[in-house]
Amino acid sequence: MRIIIVGCGKVGSTIIKQLSAEGHDIVAIDVNPHIIEDITDTYDVMGVVGNCVNYQVLKEAGVEETDLLIAVTDSDEKNLLTCLIAKKAANCKTIARVRDPEISEEINYISSELGLSMVVNPEKAAASEIARLLRFPAAVQIDTFAKGDVELMKFVIPSDSPIVGLSLSEIDNKFNGYTLICCVERKDEAYIPNGSFVIEAGDKITLVSSNNITKDFFKSIGIDIKRVNNAMIVGGGKISVYLCQKLANKNIDLKIIEQDKARCEDLSEVLKNVTIINNDGSDESVLIEEGIDNVDAFVSLTGIDEENIFLSLFAEKRGVLKVITKVDRITYNEVINNLNLGSLIKPKNIIADNIVRYVRAINNAQGDSQIETLHELIKGKIEACGFHINGDSKIIDKPLSKLKTKKGVIIASIRRKKEVIIPNGQSTIQKGDTIVVVTNIKGIKNVNDLLDGDDNA
Amino acid sequence: MNYRTIGSFLSNVLKIEAALLLLPIITSIIYHESVGIYYLLTAAIILIVGILFGLKKEDAPIFYAKEGFVSVGLAWLLMGLFGCLPFVMSKEIPDFVNALFETISGFTTTGSSILSAPEELSYTANLWRCLTHWIGGMGVIVFMLAIFPSNSGSNMHLMRAESPGPQVGKLVPKVKQTARMLYIIYIFITILEMVVLYIAGMPLYDAVCAAFGSAGTGGFGIKNDSMASYSTLIQIIINIFILMFGVNFNIYYVLLRSKDKKEIFRNEELRWYFGIIIVAVLLISLNTINYFNSYGQAFQQASFQVASIITTTGYATTDFNLWPSFSKGLLVLLMFFGACAGSTGGGIKLSRIILTLKIVKAEILHYIRPNQVKSIKLDGKNVDKGVLKSVGAYMLIFMVVLAISVLLVSLDNVTLEESFTSVVATLNNIGPGLGKVGPCGNYGSLSYFSKFVLIFDMLAGRLELLPILLLISPKTYKKI
Repeated sequence: MRIIIVGCGKVGSTIIKQLSAEGHDIVAIDVNPHIIEDITDTYDVMGVVGNCVNYQVLKEAGVEETDLLIAVTDSDEKNLLTCLIAKKAANCKTIARVRDPEISEEINYISSELGLSMVVNPEKAAASEIARLLRFPAAVQIDTFAKGDVELMKFVIPSDSPIVGLSLSEIDNKFNGYTLICCVERKDEAYIPNGSFVIEAGDKITLVSSNNITKDFFKSIGIDIKRVNNAMIVGGGKISVYLCQKLANKNIDLKIIEQDKARCEDLSEVLKNVTIINNDGSDESVLIEEGIDNVDAFVSLTGIDEENIFLSLFAEKRGVLKVITKVDRITYNEVINNLNLGSLIKPKNIIADNIVRYVRAINNAQGDSQIETLHELIKGKIEACGFHINGDSKIIDKPLSKLKTKKGVIIASIRRKKEVIIPNGQSTIQKGDTIVVVTNIKGIKNVNDLLDGDDNA
Repeated sequence: MNYRTIGSFLSNVLKIEAALLLLPIITSIIYHESVGIYYLLTAAIILIVGILFGLKKEDAPIFYAKEGFVSVGLAWLLMGLFGCLPFVMSKEIPDFVNALFETISGFTTTGSSILSAPEELSYTANLWRCLTHWIGGMGVIVFMLAIFPSNSGSNMHLMRAESPGPQVGKLVPKVKQTARMLYIIYIFITILEMVVLYIAGMPLYDAVCAAFGSAGTGGFGIKNDSMASYSTLIQIIINIFILMFGVNFNIYYVLLRSKDKKEIFRNEELRWYFGIIIVAVLLISLNTINYFNSYGQAFQQASFQVASIITTTGYATTDFNLWPSFSKGLLVLLMFFGACAGSTGGGIKLSRIILTLKIVKAEILHYIRPNQVKSIKLDGKNVDKGVLKSVGAYMLIFMVVLAISVLLVSLDNVTLEESFTSVVATLNNIGPGLGKVGPCGNYGSLSYFSKFVLIFDMLAGRLELLPILLLISPKTYKKI
């Protein structure tokens, strides 16, 4: 696929790295010739130096033949304008990064008017990720589908769990089809389990859950889903605002510690039911005074990576249940991963991942496929794909028990309008549904690819 | 310095050279020449050495700029060293230094020969000489990038080290596709030339050799009088084709792909290229009119010589050694200009000359109006300060290498004209100089020492100085 990437900052270069490794034809545009030189020396891409809102520059980058344009410069307006020009001139797919909360508010209107395929907001994406981790502190990894209504969560089964030694069909009977285990990692192996698969202690299971999944379920399978009742946030930037807005009606007491007086006043105007403290969060005594010893969760979101790392190390030391650390620039992964920092949040990597996923999906979707989203659940082994069911697929209106799917395929959830169904044998798929399929088969393009030969004939 | 990376890179280059030797081997079979056996033997030696180099494989070879330059420099040196073996073994050029000079002169598309009578060589040997021009023209590393798989951007360091011009860019996003595209265009024009020459009445073997030699802007003739004995029609055809090979290959890509064909005229270098050629041809035809029978002949001879010199090919249809001083002086000046960046030609490259002139102009303006701010543009685009600096540095290094080389060759007890033009002709990858080393003479009579100096100049000229200078700089090999 031919892709133009505008803006080669952290996000741009992360996307370039990933997508060029996947073999796409990439043209990078940036105003800074030195950055372009650096990029073309490191990755197998073509570089164009110039201002992206200049049509001549886009033309030089081959916008007329491109399939997708990704605008991730540091200016929202430039990104939107570039996408608009590309859309009008070449009718390619466009992705824009927009981070200004004021523009973000009206983004649905803007993106439909400009014909954007996707809008990414690193702060908002980071906030969503943090909110998810706070809601299910025990989860190792959470992937979302169907515009966020369906989640795939990865947990480690503790040795004292009552489901250890049970087969999946026994679990299903016991819990009355509340949920579906769609893949299991055991040591280096990954399985797509069937009814007779037996769970062992230490397995990493991936569950499908809808938002109405109960706390009781987790308790009954022995996963400690101690709710986070309160959280302390250090740093009052954009992520903190989005995070507080997301958690607004989740019954979590929030406290923000921010150093800048004026910013605190802004925050207090925007946010309701959040305690805002104007003090230096990097001071040990301040944190103790504000009650770090009693909070369930601690989120370090200052603008300085080193400070975040120190704060989180301190919080871990003080025994906070869930610690979340934001790291923006630091690339010493080997060092950071060995520190006890809880869950790491890298906003730029999150949106780079989101964009790469989207590109993978449309790349798979070229031709007749209907893949909307594609996540790698287990690297190189198991994928989860979201399909939109339109028109005349052979899987419509058949009970799933009658549907002969290939080995290694699980239909994990069905989303019908606003309702999310965890399917059982009697469920049917209807036109207009969005389904999530977990599979270890590579190169699935079409829902019909999931069916076994006879049924597909 | 990552020696393992360099090793596996050199291994690939040698494998390509071994494969290239198949062509002379096939020729020897066609013409029933026994020398073919030495080419087969050389191919086997190169293949074995290549495999040895590749034994310690690097999974994901990464080239930084330094490794890129050193690898390319070493690759060209090795190709020359191994490529001269058949000449030595078959005793067609028994002296090793002479054989090395001839081979390096071939690969670097210089075309300076030590042979007084190339027609005495076997068909096989002459084909190998011309083939070295062809592969050296577009570059063996570009060829390697086109066929070996890789997805690392660090290959750009390799391409940049081998491709001529101050700014090396890509035609399409991937190095591999770019390299392929270049070779497809290159092969197409080469075959076109062979066919046209054959139709015009040139013997097939001569047409193949002439096409290889002109495609790489090399200049080895398979006859000592170069192209003088062929018909006027053939000379005109070759004249047109060498001019085509002196044009930046990006232009052909634009012609192929772009809807807006006029875009190519916006290329400043192309306008200068043809402008300089027209002016030089007119001046020389006027100056040499008394040496020829008609205006037409003077014009045709002048245009062939000018095209041959400015594209750094070095074919000759007449002995310009006998021309008046003004014409000779003009040709020597053209030797420095060279062809367009991104072509197969050598020399300083017109775009560097243009930029240098613009820098000079800006500098003079600066003294007239000290506060005026004016950026330097090429093709209507601002040229980065870094590029300007590197152009300035290039000119300076070029002059230093030139001066030292002339001094060293002067030890050889030749005339100043000969020592100067022999260095100019080799450093710019042209071929014939003036005097003893002129179009009807050869480099055979020079001492070993001078030949080594000229070998260095040829390599330095083809790879645009830096890879070879880095190769001999002790700092390159320091660990930190």
